[in-house]
Amino acid sequence: MSTVANAGQLTTAEPRRPWAVSRSKRLLGFGRMLTFAIAAFVATILTPLANFDGWAVAFLLINLAWVIGIASKLGAKERRDAVLRVVITSLAVLAFVPWLSIFVTVILKGYRAVYPGYFISDMRTSTPDDELNIGGAGHAIVGSLIMVAIATVVTLPLGILTGIYLTEVRGRLTFLVRFIVQSMAGVPSVVAGLFLFATVVRSMGKYSGLAGGLALAVLMLPTVSRTAEEVLKLVPDDIRSAGYALGARQWRTALLVVLPTVRAGLSTAAILGIARVIGETAPLLLTSLNTNGFVWNPIGGTVASLPTYIFAMFMYGTEYSTARAWTGSLVLLALVLFFFIIARRLGNRVALKANANRRK
Amino acid sequence: MVVYSRADRIFRRIVTGGALIALLLLGFISVFLVMRSAETFRQFGLDFITGSEWFSAGEDPLGGAVEGAVVEVDESVFSIGPMIVGSLVVALIAMLIAVPLSIGGALYIEFYAPRSIYRVLVSLLDLAAAIPSLIFGLWGIQVFTAIGVRWATLLNDRLSFIPIFSVEFENFGRSPFVAGCVLAALVVPITTSVSREVYSRTPRDLIDTCFALGGSKWGAIRSVVMPYGKSGVIAGAMLGLGRALGETVAIYLMLNLVFRYSFEILDSAGGNVASMIALKFGEATDKEISALIASGLVLFIITLIVNMIASSIVARTTPRA
Repeated sequence: MSTVANAGQLTTAEPRRPWAVSRSKRLLGFGRMLTFAIAAFVATILTPLANFDGWAVAFLLINLAWVIGIASKLGAKERRDAVLRVVITSLAVLAFVPWLSIFVTVILKGYRAVYPGYFISDMRTSTPDDELNIGGAGHAIVGSLIMVAIATVVTLPLGILTGIYLTEVRGRLTFLVRFIVQSMAGVPSVVAGLFLFATVVRSMGKYSGLAGGLALAVLMLPTVSRTAEEVLKLVPDDIRSAGYALGARQWRTALLVVLPTVRAGLSTAAILGIARVIGETAPLLLTSLNTNGFVWNPIGGTVASLPTYIFAMFMYGTEYSTARAWTGSLVLLALVLFFFIIARRLGNRVALKANANRRK
Repeated sequence: MVVYSRADRIFRRIVTGGALIALLLLGFISVFLVMRSAETFRQFGLDFITGSEWFSAGEDPLGGAVEGAVVEVDESVFSIGPMIVGSLVVALIAMLIAVPLSIGGALYIEFYAPRSIYRVLVSLLDLAAAIPSLIFGLWGIQVFTAIGVRWATLLNDRLSFIPIFSVEFENFGRSPFVAGCVLAALVVPITTSVSREVYSRTPRDLIDTCFALGGSKWGAIRSVVMPYGKSGVIAGAMLGLGRALGETVAIYLMLNLVFRYSFEILDSAGGNVASMIALKFGEATDKEISALIASGLVLFIITLIVNMIASSIVARTTPRA
């Protein structure tokens, strides 16, 4: 700040961070953790706690005991802080471990049966118990994509219209529509399956991809309309006012000004919906079942889909069929991830655009 | 007063129509479920909900083709009491485990995680909330059951004097406890991401004020963050509960369905409406289908109530923009 330029002093001044953890302290902490880890291991031998999970629990308990122990030296404030820190970190570890374990398991177990043919061949000429280099889930992937496509075609217009209704039109039913659509998000998937079974499957007299796709649509609609509403809310009112100021009526403003601004966001809505339903199993067990071959006709009887394929393979119960199920899970998870990444990319673009608009 | 042109009115009508279709869809589902299950409710009345027997006499094995065959009285009995109770028990176990974990996980991500892994954790969490439940079921059987059974054995060893931890047979796999744990794993990402979102919206000023007044992190979390995020956490938990009550395949794979009232959560016997529907559906007779649809209706009503409570909490507490 001083106007006296003293270049030499400026360059030699070391930035000091008194709050930074020193090296010796870090080493000490590391050593402590190591000791606790060994102590936890001993505990797994001496007590009924066993295996890795037992070790983890022992480790957390020892940590907690230590914190409470040293806490007696601290003031009341620091003591609570230290205990809270350990408690929250342990809860977080317990909360994160299962799904991290799932990611790892799916990759490790699913990797085994992956070969190029898995994506293009079906199970017509091979049994679930065959060697892993015969047969595949191509038919299931195709079936899943067809049904998801049906669901998207049905829900996207409805979802967007609902979104527009809730943000642009704001009629008398706004509250009711929002409330009901939100409640619909909780329709158990098996109930959607039952509904489509009792209507479409019964009236057509056969299981079909169409019924499966419509069941997925029922589950997808809340996600799509909710996201569409959120995205439309992001559009600044200035843009609407600008539209009106130029003499455009509401319909022109909505269709030609507001909607194009959020095109990317509406795609996000669709993709989030897809990611939500592509792994749904229960409704498909009631509406489209499973087959061994490629089915391209959505009203031509039972259709295989990735979830029902995985389910069937897993229930078959042999080593090779289980490996196939895990590979199916890997493909399914990869699809979900793929849709997620696209949604995020588009979502970022929407956020950027909205911010840019706001700044102007 | 806004004046709409004719084109505007048409536009508004079309949009309203679309929203109405979405609205009517739900109404249609309810009406349909009620219509199709009327037969079952007429025959069994309230016993359908309280009774504990499911017996399908099956269709006439001769297909009614043989003349003079004695037409037997249809002895089918359908009731789902244990399944409803079982659903509630498993969901309760799941929520008891999941809610503390979610709060801890959300607080950790928002206030304790190093900045470098914050973004990674948030993205992974969102992805985890989208893991299909089928994969949770697979993981539950192949990875978690061994762990869960060990803990169940431990609980049973030490705490069997408490009625709910006692068992008839020492066979802990496929028990409500193990299934509830897997269900908790399934619910945690959902409730965590909702809670995290609410916690992240805590006004920074309030937290800073707390620190400026000499408050500790504990103080800030207890007196600012938790009260501010309470309704969000409740809503997230209710969403999770709705999910847990309606979960089908994961429970189907993890739980042994038995038509008997049982509160011994370590016993390899439990109930669940949704997975019972999936289980019985395969070889169901016409009458049984009607009973299954009635079960679906009961499940639908239960989850609808839970979700309406959740969304009304959210609606009441979300600050109006």
